[in-house]
This record gives sequence, structure tokens and C-alpha cells, in this order.
Amino acid sequence: MKKIYMDYSATTPMREEVLEAMLPYLRERYGNPSSLHLFGRETRKALDEAREKVAAGLGVTPEEIIFTSGGTEANNLAIMGVARGISSGKNHIITSAVEHHAALDTVKFLGERGYKITILPVDEYGIVSPQQVKDAITDQTILVSIMTANNEVGSILPFEEIGRICREKGVYYHTDAVQAIGHIPFNLHEQPVDLLSLSAHKFYGPKGVGALYIRRKTRVKQILFGGGQERKLRPGTENLSAIVGLGRAMELAVAHIPEKIEKLSRLRDRLIQGLLQIEDVRLNGHPEKRLPGNVNVSIFFVEGESLLLDLDLKGIAVSSGSACTSGSLDPSHVLLAMGLDPQIAQGSLRFSLGAENTIEEIDYTLEAVQETVQKLRAMSPFIRNIC
Amino acid sequence: MYNEKVMDHFQNPRNVGEMDNPSGVGEVGNMRCGDIMKIYIKVENDIIQDIKFLTFGCGAAIASSSALTEMVKGKTLEEALQITNKDVANELGGLPEPKLHCSNLAADALHKAILDFQTNK
Repeated sequence: MKKIYMDYSATTPMREEVLEAMLPYLRERYGNPSSLHLFGRETRKALDEAREKVAAGLGVTPEEIIFTSGGTEANNLAIMGVARGISSGKNHIITSAVEHHAALDTVKFLGERGYKITILPVDEYGIVSPQQVKDAITDQTILVSIMTANNEVGSILPFEEIGRICREKGVYYHTDAVQAIGHIPFNLHEQPVDLLSLSAHKFYGPKGVGALYIRRKTRVKQILFGGGQERKLRPGTENLSAIVGLGRAMELAVAHIPEKIEKLSRLRDRLIQGLLQIEDVRLNGHPEKRLPGNVNVSIFFVEGESLLLDLDLKGIAVSSGSACTSGSLDPSHVLLAMGLDPQIAQGSLRFSLGAENTIEEIDYTLEAVQETVQKLRAMSPFIRNIC
Repeated sequence: MYNEKVMDHFQNPRNVGEMDNPSGVGEVGNMRCGDIMKIYIKVENDIIQDIKFLTFGCGAAIASSSALTEMVKGKTLEEALQITNKDVANELGGLPEPKLHCSNLAADALHKAILDFQTNK
């Protein structure tokens, strides 16, 4: 049976070059980077080099990179760390309704702890406008946290304009760029972003490692307590092999971005066009301002988990925003925030394409989806009400 | 996540479709969790001669609908009323815990169909 992976937004396979770079640090180079002896100096050097690579990929200085256990921890550190670092007594935080739970739930937690929070609604494409942010900022606002690109529907948000407004107003701006690295070129030296979260396994690096970029002079306090690693902002002995892998993955991710965007967009558009030829299918997310590998559709009258399951039997790996697959009782908070009817949200599928997908796979997938939809619609109690 | 029996019912669902002139129809579920089941029965001499289902829902919802139809075909109404959602899950060799509540509603739909038949008789 064919095995077609179209869930690159969930995670990516690690590249061989990344594994090669990591292996010495899982074998003979085991020293603790905090140790002064030869073993420690060896790994300290690797840690410094990885930090330089991540910094270079973002156009910033190494001192501004803090390694974390991944995107979730980076988002937690950014939001809670800024909140803890504020000494002025200001306490207002702004975010959006379509953030990943790692950011959204952190802001909500602070809301329960007495902070004032504003969760901005989004338009039909899942996008927050810079004007909305401008209108929401008050003299009490300390932080705006709005993602670079959405993980479910792929819409790219106007993060630079939002950042500019924050800068004008003297408010910190954090962006969750977990889905954007390798798809959007960053030069944070020029872009008005104060904090940015990233995760290695979303761009062909290892799982369990990420980073938070913290612009110099941004006041952030630690949320974990322990040793002095990562400028005391992230104590704990470094996950060195993973950090080395992140450094290598970053180098590879920022190379040839225009070519990668072109290749992926072509596959994406072929898949979108094919899917939209099936009756009663709608594209979710912005038609143009979207990640090059993201396709998210709602297939009316059928439920997402059964679509996913049937495609899985045909060897195609995708994900869904249905309640059954979201791990909660409700369908995707992103699709609901975009105003989708719950029934339409239940029938959503996300195909996220990556480096190894081919045109042949797209065409096979289109045939498979057609078959699956036909089969499941024949079972659906809804379609008859419409006919 | 699902066992082989569940996957078999999902892949090859039994008794799918609408029914012309059913004796009773029952529908359960809600859109919030995303499972809606509709059961049609044909009753003669208090025996379920035929049964069909239509389901919008996840793998467990489809499999439990399918399994239920096999369980009750040929049963008397009294016997059919004894069948619970739990019996259906057991017949399938078990369902994942989260599915037991939201997706395992086929017996409820059947009972509604029987009630519909009895009310309109």
C-alpha cells in the first residue's frame, strides 16, 4: 500500500544531515556545557555554534536566543515571562482567538490570575487586522501575542504591521512563528518583533527542542527555577544533541526559501483546485495569504474523523479539526472563531505538504478523497435534506 | 485506536441507507460533538424485519450503527428494547473511552425508532 504523508504541520521527518550533526552528542560528546573541563568545553562550543546558527537564521544576535523544550515552552516563557517582568503595575495582554493553545491558554491562565486580557476576534479567513490591535491597546497593555501564521488554516497574519503598531505604542510584541519558520523569510533585525517562538520538529529538526527569540532589553523573567543556564531564563542542563539538531535544521530551513515556496505552492494549488471540484467543498483560510504547504477544506455532510480514518486506510496521513480528533468536545476553536457552522467545522480536513510530496501523490490523494467522500456521503443523514 | 472489528464495520458497514415507508424512524445526537444517527425499522408482527441506518459521525459512530443493525434484525421489539449502548460497544469488542459517551448512541436511536412506531401504530 502507498504511504503518503501530508501532515507536515503536525511534524516533519528529521533530515539526514540533522541526524548526522546530532549523533556525536548522543555518543562521545556527552560533557555538560557548564563544566569547565575539556568535556564541557567541547559541548559548550557546540552549544554556542547552534545558537549562532539559529540567530543567523533569524537575523539576530546569539545572545537573543534562548533554547527551550519546544514551541509550547517558548510560548509559555514569552507570555508568562513578560508578565512577570513587568514592574510598572500594568496588566493588560492582547491575543487572538486563533492562537495555538500553548499561547491562548497561557493568556487565559493569566486572565484567571488577575490580568486583564483581550482575545481579538478574527475575520472569515482567521486573520486579525492591525487596526483591531491598535484599537485594543490601552495605556495598561504590556504585551500583544499574535501568531505569524495559523497552524490549522494556514493563513498568514499581518505580523509586521501588528509589530509596528506595538512598537509605536511601546508595547511588547510576541509572535508564535512555529508554523512559519522555513516558509517565511525572517530578518528580525528589521522586523518589529520583540519575542518569537519556534520549534525544530516543524522544520525537519528533532522533537523536544525549540527556541524563544528575545530582543535585547526586553524584560522577561524566568518561569522555571534552577541553574544559570540560558541566561537564567531557562534553567536545566541543555538538551545538547537536540539543540545541535535545531541549529543544523535552521541552517537548512532558511536556505532556498523562495524555491521551496514555489515548489510547495504549486502542489498546494493543484490539491486545492482538485478538492474544490468535489461538490460542496469549501476552502478554509485565506486564498492567497497562506502557508505554501497548507490546504484546509470543509467537506460538507461528512465528519472529519471518519474522513481521516478512511484516507488512512488508503495510506494517506492528514489531520482534522473535528471534535473527535481535537481531543475535546468541540470542533476546532480556529474554525469556530472564523464563523464556521459547527457542522461544517466537523467536516474539516487539513493536508499539510512538505519536502517529500510529489504531483503523483497529489493526484492519488485527489482520487482517494473523492472515493472516500462518496462513500461517507452515502451514509450521511444530511445530504438527503439538501437534495 | 480502534480494534479490528470496529474497523471492519467502519470499512464495510452493514445495512446502510434510507428506507421507503419505514414503520419507525429514530434520530439521536448533536452537532456539538459531531455525531448524528438515524435508524429506520420495518416491523411486522412485533418483529424487526428490516433495519437501516444513516450516520454522520466518526469511526465509532458508524461502526456502532452498523453493529446494532446486525444485532437487532429479526429480534422482537421487546428484545430490541433490552439492547443498550453498552451491549453495542461490547459486541464491537470495546470502544475507546472517549467514544463511549458521544459516539455510541445507536441503541438510543433504535429505541426512539421503536417508540416512533408504537406511537404512530
